[in-house]
Amino acid sequence: MKLDLRLPIGLMFGVFGVILTVYGFVSETAIYDRSLGINVNLWWGLVLLAFGIVMLTLSYRGRVAKPTKTHSTSTP
Amino acid sequence: MPVQHIQLSAVDYTILIVYFAFVLGIGWALRRFVKSSEDFFLSGRSIPAWIAGLAFISANLGAQEVIGMGASGAKYGMMTSHFYWVGAIPAMVFVGIFMMPFYYGSRARSVPEYLKLRFDEKTRGFNAITFAVMTVFSSGISMYALAKLLELVLGWNFHTSVVLSAVIVLGYIFLGGLTSAIYNEVLQFFLIVLGFLPLVLLGLKDMGGWGGLTAKLETVATNAGYSAGAWSNSWHHLNAASANPMGVEWFGMVMGLGFVLSFGYWCTDFLVVQRAMAADSMTAARRTPLLAALPKMLFPALVILPGMIAIALHATRPGGFLPVGSDGTPNYNLAVPMMLAHYLPSGLLGLGLTALMASFMSGMAGNVTAFNTVWTYDIYQSYVRPGQSDAHYLRVGHVTTVCGILLSVAAAYAATRFNNILDMLQLVFAFVNAPLFATFLLGMFWRRTTGHGAFFGLLTGTAAAAIHHGLVLPQGAVPGLKGAFLGTVLHTYPSEMAQNFWTAIFAWSACFVATIAISLVTARQKSDDELKGLVYALTPRLTDREIVWYKRPATLAVLVLGLTLILNVIFW
Repeated sequence: MKLDLRLPIGLMFGVFGVILTVYGFVSETAIYDRSLGINVNLWWGLVLLAFGIVMLTLSYRGRVAKPTKTHSTSTP
Repeated sequence: MPVQHIQLSAVDYTILIVYFAFVLGIGWALRRFVKSSEDFFLSGRSIPAWIAGLAFISANLGAQEVIGMGASGAKYGMMTSHFYWVGAIPAMVFVGIFMMPFYYGSRARSVPEYLKLRFDEKTRGFNAITFAVMTVFSSGISMYALAKLLELVLGWNFHTSVVLSAVIVLGYIFLGGLTSAIYNEVLQFFLIVLGFLPLVLLGLKDMGGWGGLTAKLETVATNAGYSAGAWSNSWHHLNAASANPMGVEWFGMVMGLGFVLSFGYWCTDFLVVQRAMAADSMTAARRTPLLAALPKMLFPALVILPGMIAIALHATRPGGFLPVGSDGTPNYNLAVPMMLAHYLPSGLLGLGLTALMASFMSGMAGNVTAFNTVWTYDIYQSYVRPGQSDAHYLRVGHVTTVCGILLSVAAAYAATRFNNILDMLQLVFAFVNAPLFATFLLGMFWRRTTGHGAFFGLLTGTAAAAIHHGLVLPQGAVPGLKGAFLGTVLHTYPSEMAQNFWTAIFAWSACFVATIAISLVTARQKSDDELKGLVYALTPRLTDREIVWYKRPATLAVLVLGLTLILNVIFW
């Protein structure tokens, strides 16, 4: 693989997760009337953060597992 | 009736901007891998199966699909799932198991190029030109649809939306070619799923689960004069066209949608096939559509369910939910945007709208990359300037990316002024596409099929589609673009959808019969030796013995079909 796609996916969802989780903490509760009273920003932010971390971990482990291989040959 | 604009806050815009930065960043990171035209147009055939598979569905999942399937979910209910479980999965399995060996094995760089190898120059030329024109117009039309929608629900300026989305898609394809488009499609796939899922979960919770939703949908069905389950069953009401809101009976559904239209799209449309052709091995290419089928079969929950929830809300809330037009019918196309605004607070709303933008961009990038390749290899290299260096064609690819996007923008603006011309073009494309699968089926499985047979068979099928459309009319329509333009009405279909399905059936049958007849009376131009790798009987069978059994394409195919069958039974 040319670029480990799991890296940008993990980073982007990690950033989204942090933004939403933080916003979930600081936002007023009144905006959650429409989401049935649930602080969906907080909960979904945590879900996205978890997804991002899983992707980043997979990407990191892929890099550690075969560091020389990816340099010498083009096939993964 | 004017719709109240949704107000976005800073956090929503932040999410949108982060997304833009990532898609452009991926293009930037990939730019150094583009060294030859094969890198630019085919990703150097180096994409692993899971990435190609997710890109395969993502390229097809344009904004028109998200908006359109939500609208159909509201208008027709659970029957919309046929577009997935009947109209996509079986064809995806077929292309993976039976057709990929020829597409990938022949080393053709595009679907039209396969036609050139299998048949002759004129068949390739016909397919390449109609496909190139069609992709540009469909990306223009979806750009128009998205910009209109953003104008309506967010109050965004139409021109800004068009230019912004065009520039970003141009940026990442120009930098990284097909690899960039494919990588971004995978990113967009996850974004679409994770952006719409909270909407579905909140909607279902509000309805009191699936049980609560079906109870509310019974009101929708009985109000419209159908039996109670018409909005929550998929097969139950297909015995007669009059018993369901689609106005289709099971034969038209299975043959028209499930066979002709679905196989015609998934098996011959270069937009999706290109993703599998970019895979890093034959096995990966064959597994691409099969891996794509697994999430695809669950998509009804993501894109159809919001529409069904919207119509349930509309029917049970005093004052309704969807904006109603002057003729009393709700504006179904607003079902998904209205749902986003109804359930998602700022923050998640930004994520949902970003997902909508992502679906639009993946669809547009799919069109542009397919157009690029077909234009450069099948038109420019074949007819305009053959025999140039590879660097020359790579440059042409870059220029074509810019031109393709400019043409799409032009088509988007044409759509604002000449709606009728675009409707007519789409109709013509439908006529051209409907018979195509008959040509491929005969070409791949009957070695006697000749180039003349294929070409004139295609023309016959296209003509049959036009004639059928010209003699029939859907109920309640006036003669013209909707049908019966030949002056007489021989038959009236209960709905436009039924008319389309039957047009496809007639076109396919005419092409099938004509291709066989013409092939039998014309001489073969290609020997058995030349057809090796292009025709089933002349290609050595692939044995997957060296692959572990659970990774074999056949195992995956059985799994996919089994799960689809189960879904059909559950929601019968």
